[in-house]
Amino acid sequence: MNLEIILHAGLATGTILLFAAIGEIFAERAGILNLGVEGMMLLGAMAGFSTSLATNNAWLGLVTAVLAGGVLSLAHGLVTIHFQADQVVSGLSLTFLGTGLALVFGEGLTGQTPPLIPSFDIPGLAAIPFIGPVFFENHSLLVYVGYLFTPLAWYYINRTRPGMHLRAVGEKPSAADTMGINVYRLRYFYVFVGGCLAGLAGATISLAVSPGWYSDQTTSGQGWIAVGLVIFAQWDPLKAALGGYLFGALRRGILDLQGPALLLGMTNPLYINSNFSFFLKMTPYILTILALVLGSRAAMKKRLGAPAALGVPYIRGERGL
Amino acid sequence: MSETPYAVEMKDIVIRFPGVLANDHVNLTLKQGEIHALLGENGAGKSTLMNALAGLYKPASGIMRVFGETVNFNSPKDAIARGIGMVHQHFMLVPTQTVTENILLGLNEPRFFMKLAEYDQKILALQDQFGLRVDPTAKVWQLSVGEQQRVEILKTLYRGAQILIMDEPTAVLAPQEIDELMKTMRSMVDQGKSIIFISHKLHEVTAVADRVTVLRKGKVTAEGHSMEGLTKRDLARLMVGRGVIFAVEKKPQEPGDVVLSVKDVEAENDKGVPALRKLSLEVRAGEILGIAAIAGNGQSELAEVVTGLRPCTGSVKINGKEVANKPPIVAIKQGMAHVPEDRTGVGSAPNMTITENTIMKCYRENPIGNGWSINFTNARQRARTLKEKYDILAPSVRTMARKLSGGNLQKVILAREISAQPQLMVAVQPTRGLDVGAIESIQTLLLEQREAGTAVLLISEEMEELLALSDRIAVISDGRIMGIVDADKADINEIGLMMTGTAVPAKSMEAAG
Repeated sequence: MNLEIILHAGLATGTILLFAAIGEIFAERAGILNLGVEGMMLLGAMAGFSTSLATNNAWLGLVTAVLAGGVLSLAHGLVTIHFQADQVVSGLSLTFLGTGLALVFGEGLTGQTPPLIPSFDIPGLAAIPFIGPVFFENHSLLVYVGYLFTPLAWYYINRTRPGMHLRAVGEKPSAADTMGINVYRLRYFYVFVGGCLAGLAGATISLAVSPGWYSDQTTSGQGWIAVGLVIFAQWDPLKAALGGYLFGALRRGILDLQGPALLLGMTNPLYINSNFSFFLKMTPYILTILALVLGSRAAMKKRLGAPAALGVPYIRGERGL
Repeated sequence: MSETPYAVEMKDIVIRFPGVLANDHVNLTLKQGEIHALLGENGAGKSTLMNALAGLYKPASGIMRVFGETVNFNSPKDAIARGIGMVHQHFMLVPTQTVTENILLGLNEPRFFMKLAEYDQKILALQDQFGLRVDPTAKVWQLSVGEQQRVEILKTLYRGAQILIMDEPTAVLAPQEIDELMKTMRSMVDQGKSIIFISHKLHEVTAVADRVTVLRKGKVTAEGHSMEGLTKRDLARLMVGRGVIFAVEKKPQEPGDVVLSVKDVEAENDKGVPALRKLSLEVRAGEILGIAAIAGNGQSELAEVVTGLRPCTGSVKINGKEVANKPPIVAIKQGMAHVPEDRTGVGSAPNMTITENTIMKCYRENPIGNGWSINFTNARQRARTLKEKYDILAPSVRTMARKLSGGNLQKVILAREISAQPQLMVAVQPTRGLDVGAIESIQTLLLEQREAGTAVLLISEEMEELLALSDRIAVISDGRIMGIVDADKADINEIGLMMTGTAVPAKSMEAAG
């Protein structure tokens, strides 16, 4: 039970959720709900891991992971944007498709050790007491990328012209259309961006934060947590990052609770019988289910500030608009 | 050419939709610096014609000239580049973005960073030029409907529009806002703009237009006729093809006992913001209580509270029985009928037949249902009778509700609700979007209900409808009752003031409660 260690681990594993959730925020802000995050992540994790293994180059692995997630997401784009099918059904199928592909191609990868994305200290900053060891010591490059990426994503969405178009397409596509913005093209683009980031999140697991290939246990439902996190974060990248880090710290904290024999001067029940910790380990998933249930209610969606056109295919009216 | 060319010249325009000839060789000319009214019933092809001019549709044949040059639009961008701007009937604004952001939407400037403060200034300057005041930093959802419309107009002016198409701009405005809009239109014309004004409200056309083109069923019945010497009656005949009775007849009648009593009701809207604040009112048997309010001031929530669709605090009683926060079936059993605002989402099941839609209130009882099965022979028989009685135009009672026109669908809903012999009827925007003929029959049905002794709560944004049908009118602003006035003594300006939240001296308040 060491706060420094818990927070350090929280930042590392939180980075996985950060990339996946912000990717999903891009897609949802454009009006497309993609429940296939878990599948895209797992495919990304597998593609990154195996490419790194085959080429002996972690960077190539990273690029492949990003592309794998992105390409898979285009299937969702085709079904929901072009054919205007139900986004929930398509997203769920995408999870099955991605998971299936990853498990087939990932057969036999377990136990291998490819080159990984490097970890290092940030010189100077790492020396600051407490802050240094938590934020700037022995983190993977991808964690540092996460620090920079989050504010940039926020700024892009809220303060730039393409970001304004992105929001318009998700809130009121007809308004964007009458002003000459190509709604379909933008939606495809941001679904693709979301897929790429999910792939990156996958690689963050298999090539950086908890390296290895453990078939579907590699992601172990973190894609779903990311989808729930988007609702908790009210479609805001800053809150999504914060939430991701919190979830990460929570997971590590639960693990650490099992360590000491005495807790607050009492016998630690988790130490005596580790089965009790199952309930604690469920917490992130229970919170996710709760968020998904709440977020699926129309009234609650409005209250949380969900993009108004989220989940609604855009069809330029046959008469009027 | 020595003469100044027309701002717009449309010749022999033909537009087809699958199975419909929306515009059949239509001609229209817009002179520079005039307000030209385009008049016609719903479905006459007005919006279609204008969408072609705005670049949204491509005509199958015909010629369009803008300032003398032949044009061929492939997208709204082409039309904007030629100086054509359209103010759509349903605002094309992003509610969560600011006024400035909405105006800049789709433009290439600014390139990447928004620099909103700088553009706020530019937009303020543009506002000064045309007297269109609205805070550029406000989010659109915070604005009143009138202000939103100003944003729409500013959007077209910012793009350098010389020709403005306004699609039913007055449909959503309070009386004062309409006056202001007319002034703005005049000031824009004075500064050299040309305006096409789409409407089906005759008194507005006579008030503001220089010339008029009338469409009926896709064909022109009057082309660029000067407004001089034209009366409302002439216009109506051109529009509908027959004479129209303007005022439905309301017989004097003493109201009976209190049927609906709403007391100290508070409720929130979907966003969690208070929509009703300690609102109380009563409706008596044989009386129509009209609710006048600008859209979004709590009138929709009031209807939902009374019909059991929205939780609230306070008390709602029908015939003395508490129905607040109870399932709708409780109110229905007390004789409540509901003609909802959303005809296709709440009022009907679009993918079910007319028969199924008409039995939705009586399928539990004989002779339609016997507890677990539905007797469709009886149901169809009943539907046929209703179809006949309410003059519903449809191939058969097996026709899907979604295939009906707005007016016929509304008749199906009214047929279902009235045949349940209600004691209280809640009607929300019952004639919105309907054509003159259908409005007449729906209003007549509501008055018949009044004569039959039903208490009617009528929520409408059409001031004329409220004045024509109601016995009393309650004006609501921001979830509060600003006053209740007798319809025959009502002053439309006073009502307009109360709708915008201004308290009016106590003399007209005495009828309250």
